[in-house]
Amino acid sequence: MSAAAAIPAACGGFRPRAAEEQAEVVANAAVNAEYRHLVVSCSALAAGAAPGQFYQLLCPAPPGEAPYLRRPMSLYGADPAARRIEFLYKVAGAGTRGLATLRPGETLQMLGPLGQGFRLDPAWKQVVAVGRGAGLATLGPLAEAAQRAGIGVTAILSARRPELVLSDALFRARGATVLTVTDAEGTSGPAHVERLLRGLMAEGRCDAFFTCGSARLLRVQQSLARAFGLPGQVALEQQMACGLGMCFCCVRDFNIDGAIVQKRVCRAGPVFDMMEALP
Amino acid sequence: MTDLSVRIGGLTLANPVMPASGTFAEGLGEVIDLDRLGALVTKTITRELRAGNPLPRVAEVTGGMLNAIGIPSQGVPYLLEETLPLYRRWTPPLVVSISAPTVEGFATLAAEVSVAGVAAIEANISCPNIEEDGRAFAMRAASTEAAVRQMRAATGLPLWVKLTPNTGEIAEVARAAEAAGADALVVANTILAMAIDLQTLRPRLGNVMGGLSGPAVKPIVLRQVYQCARAVRVPIIGCGGIATAADAAEYMLAGASAVQVGTASFINCHAMVEVIEGLARFCEARGIARIAELTGALRQEEADEDDLSWVSPAP
Ligand SMILES: Cc1cc2nc3c(=O)[nH]c(=O)nc-3n(C[C@H](O)[C@H](O)[C@H](O)COP(=O)(O)OP(=O)(O)OC[C@H]3O[C@@H](n4cnc5c(N)ncnc54)[C@H](O)[C@@H]3O)c2cc1C
Ligand SMILES: Cc1cc2nc3c(=O)[nH]c(=O)nc-3n(C[C@H](O)[C@H](O)[C@H](O)COP(=O)(O)O)c2cc1C
Ligand code: FES
Repeated sequence: MSAAAAIPAACGGFRPRAAEEQAEVVANAAVNAEYRHLVVSCSALAAGAAPGQFYQLLCPAPPGEAPYLRRPMSLYGADPAARRIEFLYKVAGAGTRGLATLRPGETLQMLGPLGQGFRLDPAWKQVVAVGRGAGLATLGPLAEAAQRAGIGVTAILSARRPELVLSDALFRARGATVLTVTDAEGTSGPAHVERLLRGLMAEGRCDAFFTCGSARLLRVQQSLARAFGLPGQVALEQQMACGLGMCFCCVRDFNIDGAIVQKRVCRAGPVFDMMEALP
Repeated sequence: MTDLSVRIGGLTLANPVMPASGTFAEGLGEVIDLDRLGALVTKTITRELRAGNPLPRVAEVTGGMLNAIGIPSQGVPYLLEETLPLYRRWTPPLVVSISAPTVEGFATLAAEVSVAGVAAIEANISCPNIEEDGRAFAMRAASTEAAVRQMRAATGLPLWVKLTPNTGEIAEVARAAEAAGADALVVANTILAMAIDLQTLRPRLGNVMGGLSGPAVKPIVLRQVYQCARAVRVPIIGCGGIATAADAAEYMLAGASAVQVGTASFINCHAMVEVIEGLARFCEARGIARIAELTGALRQEEADEDDLSWVSPAP
């Protein structure tokens, strides 16, 4: 057998659904004391992501450290026409410290888009997005998708201090109403957020919940959704090695009609039916 | 052009490169063309329904990672009804990896998975995450022999036996597997290991102990492939820390007829494709007509001419 027969031509009919490529860094600047905004230029396939989907990033090694596995990072913004995508990430450990060293013009190996994103039901008129921490990055692209679908959004953005609130400008730019709650101001507790949510529900501004980044706030929304029969979606985080459903390290328990079922967050999620999630 | 095909105990593979069990699933087919691989290997299944280990199931360490996934398994019906039909769309032979807590369990499962669509069975008698304290059948020759003999009697399919690196007697274990009827040996599974978080003073794996894989294990497992190749005549499939064609070429020179790529696919989905292309280039550059000629071609006697291979070592 010849090598040509053994190795079919690289492009012979095969169409990847996720791109693995060297993206080029366009910008990578700090947005506050903890988070950075990374913009890369990439292929059309990589740029064709839906809100809630994520990428696996091969972070460069920062001085003295050697992250080995890729790091999962949510889509923060996508511009398929310009072939650009954006990430908003917190510098947390070796991998994200490495990401922070990237300069414009350098390359970043990445794989994506991966996983199941948020779904918007055209029947909804007004939805609520509740996020905290890195969850604010994950919820960000929902603003534009909802605006395009003609769905109004109220975003409740939670952070430790006012200056650490993220995505507020992005939500406002897409016509969303933004409420910020912070630990510093004593407004981020579950009781206060529940009052805000009940207020929105009373005004008919909550056909569905979207949430990410806080188990406490997830529980608040689950109990409201259960009590009022409202749908919701949650984006979950879990440590990931492969991001493609191969290694089974990212499983979580879910409550499916009363039975506890394990699912892989990278494959069945990261966005799940809010009522199935066990916080 | 180099002939990349290899024969592994009754099966002819289009090339010697395939995924390692537990590091591969159909999801990879969304990124690379799986038809380019020499074979496809499933995650290990057991007859018993298993939930797997507590989290965290993986931890990063220098030069690789630890895993203690714990073989979550949905049993034989799931394999027959879901997994096998799913893989029908790809052409490389499908190898099904199995494990069991007892010798009889291995034999029953081997019989149950001997169905159309399965080209070979890989018996994972080496998983450090199934038994207590990382024990495994493949740690000793006697338990290896017993498990393989019963499986041999239970299936007519090619039987690949996956050995553990966690033994001081790998050559004896290899000989026992061969004597009991193994058609090929996969060398090897992960190295039993652990890591501790200095912030919390807790183990970094939910299972405390787990298996080390990735570049860090390569020199150790390469040595074990060499030892096994000297001990048996059945083909050996090298597996441990292979990320590049150079790694794969080393394994073949040490005695492997084929290779499996595991952890490397987590950080580079194209690793296997790159290994295939790199091996082809390596053979062409050296005028090797058949890749199978690489197997065991390690030179140990003194050369007459200066060996200048170090001048351009990379495939
Ligand atoms: C689907 C998904 C989307 C995400 N999106 C974002 C985002 O948009 N912005 C953002 O700032 N962060 C996001 N995260 C969290 C981000 O992946 C982690 O902060 C990052 O992996 C930390 O890596 P590190 O090396 O800096 O930290 P370390 O603590 O050194 O990481 C050690 C290991 O733990 C894993 N890990 C640590 N924290 C997390 C975490 N919270 N979730 C999953 N794995 C973790 C790492 O991947 C690595 O394998 C997301 C996580 C997931 C699962
Ligand atoms: C996350 C993970 C899961 C694994 N699961 C299995 C498994 O189910 N069965 C098995 O025989 N080996 C399993 N292995 C071991 C690999 O097949 C392989 O033997 C080992 O990782 C060494 O190769 P590598 O260094 O190329 O990864 C697993 C390895 C990893 C990293
Ligand atoms: S990260 Fe590997 S299965 Fe989800």
